[in-house]
Amino acid sequence: MTFGRTLAIARKEALQLRRDPRSLTLGFLIPPFLIVFFGYAITFDVDDIRLAVWDADRTQASARLVDAFVASGYFRVVDRLERYPDATEALQSGDALAVLAIPRGYARDLAAGPSPVQLLVDGSDANTATIAIEYAQGIASAHSRRVTLAERDARPTLVPDSRAWYNPSLDSRNMVVPGLVAVIISILAALLTALTIAREWERGTMEQLVSTPVTRLEIVAGKLAPYLAIGLFDVLLAVGIGTLLFDVPFRGSLLLLLAMTSVFLLAALGFGMFLSAALKSQVLATQFAIVATYLPALLLSGFIFAIANMPRVLQLATYLFPARYYVTVTKAIFLKGVGIEVLWPQALLLSALASLAIAATVAVFRKEVA
Amino acid sequence: MRGPSPRHVAEMVRKERRQLLRDPRTRLIMFVAPVLQLLMFGYAVNTDIRDTATFVVDHDASASSRRLVEAFTTTGRFEVVGRSSRSADIPSALDRGSAVVAIEIPAGFAADLAASRPARVQIIVDGTHSNTATVALGYATRVVQAFGREQGRAGGDARVALRGIDLRSRAWFNPGLESRVYNVPAVIGIVVLLMCLLLTALAVAREREIGTLEQLMVTPLTPAELMLGKTIPVAIVGMIDLVLVTAVAVLWFDVPLRGSVLALLVAALIYILAGLSLGLLISTVSRSQQEAFMTMFLFILPAVILGGFLFPVETMPAPFRWLSVLDPVRHFLHVVRAIFLKGEGIAGLWPQYVGLLAMAICALAFSVLRFRKTVV
Repeated sequence: MTFGRTLAIARKEALQLRRDPRSLTLGFLIPPFLIVFFGYAITFDVDDIRLAVWDADRTQASARLVDAFVASGYFRVVDRLERYPDATEALQSGDALAVLAIPRGYARDLAAGPSPVQLLVDGSDANTATIAIEYAQGIASAHSRRVTLAERDARPTLVPDSRAWYNPSLDSRNMVVPGLVAVIISILAALLTALTIAREWERGTMEQLVSTPVTRLEIVAGKLAPYLAIGLFDVLLAVGIGTLLFDVPFRGSLLLLLAMTSVFLLAALGFGMFLSAALKSQVLATQFAIVATYLPALLLSGFIFAIANMPRVLQLATYLFPARYYVTVTKAIFLKGVGIEVLWPQALLLSALASLAIAATVAVFRKEVA
Repeated sequence: MRGPSPRHVAEMVRKERRQLLRDPRTRLIMFVAPVLQLLMFGYAVNTDIRDTATFVVDHDASASSRRLVEAFTTTGRFEVVGRSSRSADIPSALDRGSAVVAIEIPAGFAADLAASRPARVQIIVDGTHSNTATVALGYATRVVQAFGREQGRAGGDARVALRGIDLRSRAWFNPGLESRVYNVPAVIGIVVLLMCLLLTALAVAREREIGTLEQLMVTPLTPAELMLGKTIPVAIVGMIDLVLVTAVAVLWFDVPLRGSVLALLVAALIYILAGLSLGLLISTVSRSQQEAFMTMFLFILPAVILGGFLFPVETMPAPFRWLSVLDPVRHFLHVVRAIFLKGEGIAGLWPQYVGLLAMAICALAFSVLRFRKTVV
């Protein structure tokens, strides 16, 4: 493998890319566009829960409880129910996500002992429902304390002092933006290269290439190079957008991120190129690339769904997808600010995947040509 | 100008069917991939907080502090993965990600409790996953409060401990609050859409690139007949996929299907038509397969994200909520979730049905028109 010939292939590939301005623009512009788009669109913060209230007590105390819900900023009263059975209709139609039911005698019971209050939640979306219940519990217990404190100076005996590290405000944007960079680049990387070798086969230019003295490895390496450059450029742009536009903290080292990105890109681009070389058809390579990267990058990478929650077998399967490592890497470098002393397993496994992908591409390629 | 003739369409369908089924690798994509995807992702789409990896630093090492840690683990929400007596071990456990929650119990904890002095416990969560962190913090706070109440009661201060509000929550439609029953029906929608797009988005672009489109042009087939011929086989594949993955969801993942199967099938048919018409539209406006492919990529990620698959549409800023009205995924996910979990029928969901149908018709009509123009 000579550097000069590899460079020549890289130049040829770059020229070809340049002559196809539409694809090139898409390659450069899709990731930043999607990051801006989703950065604004995606918020997991549940803070505007539609609440219907059934207040059978109609006392000052019950009104104060409802006020406490509204004042928290998490709930918005959308409806006042006349009858308790109306709760069914409110939840079924989706007009309300939760119903706060305050029974008659609430104020009286509050003074004497535990005063039962009911919160009915539309549980379909378990995640939102769980968070809504958490908020309601917090509001109810804070309100309880206020009510009992007003009467007597009773201090709670045990105080939890809780805090969230890396993202103290628990702002979902800080979690979404770094993860999103990883997911988008993962999908795009395989797609960029899935077509390259298959296209040369379909158009018949591969025979010309093969008749030159370049070796298979040089072809593969040369074809990877321009896409590696595009990928690195996209990641740099994404870091800029994330920190400047969305105020996501960047606590780690940019150099480490770029190094890890390069290894990751080699694995992801290499996988796309492997599909391209093995299937020799643009349509098939595309279909396989989308099936193998698109949903796995979203669902199996730990971007949204925690890998620790998955069954063992599936957890092991996630190790096959480069996106999994890269999501960990971006989150760790952006938010935790950790270095290679923590990320070395990711670096090692990504390098292994990259070598595997490139070796497999060269192997299938050789067989076909010979 | 004549309408589509059934015979021409049937011939075109036959040609397309042959092309679709010829390659065993395509058959793999069409029939095995969706089932495999649902099996994998059905397990993955889980936001339940169970056995959260917890790191314990107990400076007190007393019977009380051990009971507090037990109170955490008996909920089933927390699992102790490491213990230490040095505070400095917490940052390294959280940095490495080997623990998501850390509990630090200060020295003198038991003494404070016994003397009814306010005792403190520190709970630290890894905030990088904001959702998990919010819920885990909530659970942890409640465990600590319940423990405190119990201690208070044991200390004889029963009246104070019992006072206040007793909030009881109940979740409807999904009493166990399992995230899977909400997410698996959505995965069905995404997997089927993906299939429709994969089979159509490159179809016309490919024929154009390899030159077979001209051969089709010189036949007496009209653009409408061509489009119908390309649509029908894919729609059948889509429906087969839908039935397959729905069966996996119901039989394997035990997702309750409370509504009518007919309502589901009708919705699916319209949705599949909308999906593949959009795919054809992408294909007709693109000049090469690569372009078609990039356009599809640009379409599909926003469609899935705005559709409310990963996070609720209601939490999006208003402009994105409006934009999502144009997203077939949003309407279909609304429909499948309502049919599966709430047992809704067509009557309660007609706006979504109408919306999907309108999208299908517009996309198909537009691709026929667009196709005619490019040919002439």
